[in-house]
Amino acid sequence: MARALRDAGMEVIYTGLRQTPEQIVETAVQEDVDVIGLSILSGAHMTWVPRVIELMKEKGIFGEVLLLVGGIIPEDDAKALKEMGVDEIFGPGTPTDEIIKYIRDNVRRG
Amino acid sequence: MKVEEIVRGVLRGEKRAIARAISIIEDGLPEAKAILSALEPHTGRAYVIGITGATGAGKSTLIHKLIQAYRRKGLKVGVVAVDPTSPFTGGAFLGDRVRMQDLALDEGVFIRSMATRGSLGGISDATGGAVKVLDAAGFDIILVETVGAGQLDIAVAGIAHTVVLVLAPGLGDDIQAIKAGIMEIADIFVVNMADRPNADRMVVDLMSVLEVSPFNPSDWRPPIVKTVALTGEGIEELVEQIEKHRAYLAKRGMRPSEKKVRTLLLEALRRAVVSDILPMITKSAKFDAAVQMVVKGQVSIDAGAELLLSSIKQALREME
Repeated sequence: MARALRDAGMEVIYTGLRQTPEQIVETAVQEDVDVIGLSILSGAHMTWVPRVIELMKEKGIFGEVLLLVGGIIPEDDAKALKEMGVDEIFGPGTPTDEIIKYIRDNVRRG
Repeated sequence: MKVEEIVRGVLRGEKRAIARAISIIEDGLPEAKAILSALEPHTGRAYVIGITGATGAGKSTLIHKLIQAYRRKGLKVGVVAVDPTSPFTGGAFLGDRVRMQDLALDEGVFIRSMATRGSLGGISDATGGAVKVLDAAGFDIILVETVGAGQLDIAVAGIAHTVVLVLAPGLGDDIQAIKAGIMEIADIFVVNMADRPNADRMVVDLMSVLEVSPFNPSDWRPPIVKTVALTGEGIEELVEQIEKHRAYLAKRGMRPSEKKVRTLLLEALRRAVVSDILPMITKSAKFDAAVQMVVKGQVSIDAGAELLLSSIKQALREME
């Protein structure tokens, strides 16, 4: 995924696996990113994602930075996460082109 | 955020304001100038260290350990990691953050990645701008990391007080293969992964190269420091050598060495010739005429080039 985004002309900061929400949000602040992409395969999305949103609000980047989630997310959870403020959720096997187009169309500043 | 808000935030050391300021400079937005000039009076306190070397030499790990060493001294550390933009896609992978994540939550550390974004000199004005922002924000030490890509490394000497060149045995980067110019701008040589079999060989090779290069007695003689970044071995010595170089610079009023300036000027000149002078020649009717002469077999390629350069050379001679 990171490679596809890079090849689409984006600057990608790959933080590595198993980051805490605190580390992710702090990195997003320091790097002044346009998009945060969370890949969650552990099934713990209902714990991690709300925490990320809470921290984004605390740091003042919620609503300004696009928040995307990738992974196997049951429909009910997906609905709940979107209500909390996740911008979009991409299931496994989503074509990378679709994700790239979504980012281009929705990123909040040039 | 408005300009005044950002400036105030930077001076208070607020990470979000620092990050915004750097982005504005990086993106070349109109506010960049106002922000930089407002911060200017608050700069000049930080000590800037350039860390350069090929991919795989262990720069990230070394920087990680350096940050920890400076943090133990109670100093605040800013890092600007510059990575090359892909010339084909305009995209980039930034900052080898993987190994630095435990520092993400340290209040006294700020790590920012930047892409070269097609700037010819690799390190762009934006990098210098980012350093100024971190300086004004009160960071005591600023580390600028560049990937070994020729011009990129050389340009780092233009913004760093001390340049550390990181090498490692077995990477294929023979001493012979180190790009000309980089040897001249390095103030400290690090042979990392010094526990590897060929490390001592590399140190000896390096010493012999340094020995033959001309020095004035008053010149700084670049030391060679052996490190094993993974275990932290040699890091204290590296910090000590950086301190020594800092003291040396302080004694000469922080003025860079003539050798360094010469190399930087040469590099800037090379870039200017390629980007400004060369197109003036290739777009001229004379260039097309020379192409035709070579096609017809009237002159060789070298003679054709000489023909095009003769008037420039003549003009330069008249200048003298």
